[in-house]
Amino acid sequence: MLAAPLWASHVAHTGPDTTHTTEKITVDGERREVVSPDGASIGPVWFGADGRFFLGADGRLGRDEMVRLMYGGRTSLLIGVAAALITTFLAVVLGLLAGYHRGWTDSVISRAMDIVWAFPVLLLGIALGTALAVGGLQIGPLSISSGSIWIPILIIGFVYTPYMARPLRGEVLALREKEFVEAAVAQGAGPLRVMFGELLPNLWSRIIVLFTLSIANNMLLESALSFLGAGVQPPASSWGAMISTGTELIYSAPLLTIIPGTMIVLTVLSLNVFGDGLRDAIDPRSRVRLEAHAGTFEPEREGA
Amino acid sequence: MSEPLLEVEGLVMHFPVKRGLLVDREVGRVRAVDDVSLTIGRGETLGLVGESGCGKSTLCRTVLQLLKPTSGSVRFEGREIAGLSRRQMRPLRREMQMIFQEPYASLNPRKRVGQIVGDPLRLQGAGSGAELRRRVGELLERVGLSPEHYERYPHEFSGGQQQRIGIARALAPSPKLIVADEPVSKLDVSIRAQIVNLLDDLQDEMGLTYLFVAHDIGVVRHVSDRIAVMHEGRIVEQGPADRVCEHPADPYTESLLAAVPVPDPRQARARRAGGRRPGS
Ligand SMILES: Nc1ncnc2c1ncn2[C@@H]1O[C@H](COP(=O)(O)OP(=O)(O)OP(=O)(O)O)[C@@H](O)[C@H]1O
Ligand SMILES: [Mg+2]
Repeated sequence: MLAAPLWASHVAHTGPDTTHTTEKITVDGERREVVSPDGASIGPVWFGADGRFFLGADGRLGRDEMVRLMYGGRTSLLIGVAAALITTFLAVVLGLLAGYHRGWTDSVISRAMDIVWAFPVLLLGIALGTALAVGGLQIGPLSISSGSIWIPILIIGFVYTPYMARPLRGEVLALREKEFVEAAVAQGAGPLRVMFGELLPNLWSRIIVLFTLSIANNMLLESALSFLGAGVQPPASSWGAMISTGTELIYSAPLLTIIPGTMIVLTVLSLNVFGDGLRDAIDPRSRVRLEAHAGTFEPEREGA
Repeated sequence: MSEPLLEVEGLVMHFPVKRGLLVDREVGRVRAVDDVSLTIGRGETLGLVGESGCGKSTLCRTVLQLLKPTSGSVRFEGREIAGLSRRQMRPLRREMQMIFQEPYASLNPRKRVGQIVGDPLRLQGAGSGAELRRRVGELLERVGLSPEHYERYPHEFSGGQQQRIGIARALAPSPKLIVADEPVSKLDVSIRAQIVNLLDDLQDEMGLTYLFVAHDIGVVRHVSDRIAVMHEGRIVEQGPADRVCEHPADPYTESLLAAVPVPDPRQARARRAGGRRPGS
């Protein structure tokens, strides 16, 4: 159900930005206007109109709220996942480099992280968001227009990097002292092989948990930024942006705020539960524990 | 005999003890290895004994350049390797391997046995997928495991089996020298003999040279041609195994020998009587 936004274009009867201001629909055999002449839009009609305007329309423009919810969710999820991928990639590389090499490599990376860390996430996000939303981004041959969805993705991915890199660096610092690392060096493994062949496999379960949590955090930050106008730019929509437009009508049509808000909460919650489940599934030692409970395999020894 | 395989001369490894508020200041040093000289001939086993904490593991690591020695020289086949960088050491690693004191800690818990044993082969760029798998299977069989263990994780094995995995990994690149750092001290007494015999057989078969470490002189005596006794970072006595055990020249060696449990009670009584003057 929460994944429904992924195939929004297959289930929606109309585009997310299409306005239906002048249309009329038949509800239980009765003709009604989507947007009445005094500017109030139709409320939820549930199944009255063959699935159209399931949740009503979103105010003066008369856009189908359910369709916008789907497309908005698609944007929110895309931003959440893409930004989490960026964060994870940066954090894993930086965490491994800093934790494994220590010394000045660590000092440079850690100080740079501290600078980003020192700003409140939301403040940094808004500052970067407004700056880039006005001017767009131009790095060498790469140019991103100011309205692009990539701007919030890059900002969110960047802003959260220290929060993931720091725990990973700590883990690497502990892992590198293990004897199996020394054994790999004694085999003739170089630094890259030790980092990605020996240390990384021991980080996966942690990375996956951090990754799913990071999607959840990213979606929250995206909502906040979009709500404040520093994230997704209109006419594109996201759940955060929908809450933002919904607040204008919070007394007459509270559902326009409550529904996207509920979607965010539910998605964040299920991502957290999913992350926990995944960690249990991926850890070979916890798998043994399950099998041992089922009586199929008696582990000879639990981890040292 | 031709030139020895390994010559260690005046090897020193000191760990600085640092303390300080902003800038670390050296306040002392741990003399873990202090002016050690050893020679090991080809196909020979040198036993290294000493109590816990006397610097045996540190000596092993320094010999293999896993730790950079403070000073001294290590020559392998006549070539100086002390002070080589990690990159320069890499091509030499296949010639000298190590078996670790803690079997479980020395195996990556997230890698399958097949990968652990296969990696040294892969590092040499040896063989394709199927060929590699066959050779890993052979190695596992050689150390008394089964090729079916290929897909398993280290924690699914007993301590003795884990040490066998460690041995298979050390054998994989066909080394000349194996440094065995207390390969049996963490194992149950009942399986120690099996592992020691396995190492002995492998030596005959492959012409290996061992630096065999133990804190128990009884274990070392069985496998070694010569024995070196280590005490507080220094070698206090070195010589042929039987000579060192029968006629120890150093009082510290004598105390080590006295700690060995003797299976025969009459012999034990005789030794106690020899230690204290009868009648006193
Ligand atoms: N990295 C290090 N930094 C500082 N001191 C160290 C370090 N490694 C070892 N030492 C010290 O060097 C001494 C010798 O340690 P080592 O591990 O070589 O002993 P060992 O003979 O192998 O003992 P065991 O039989 O318990 O394995 C000890 O006093 C130890 O505290
Ligand atoms: Mg030791």
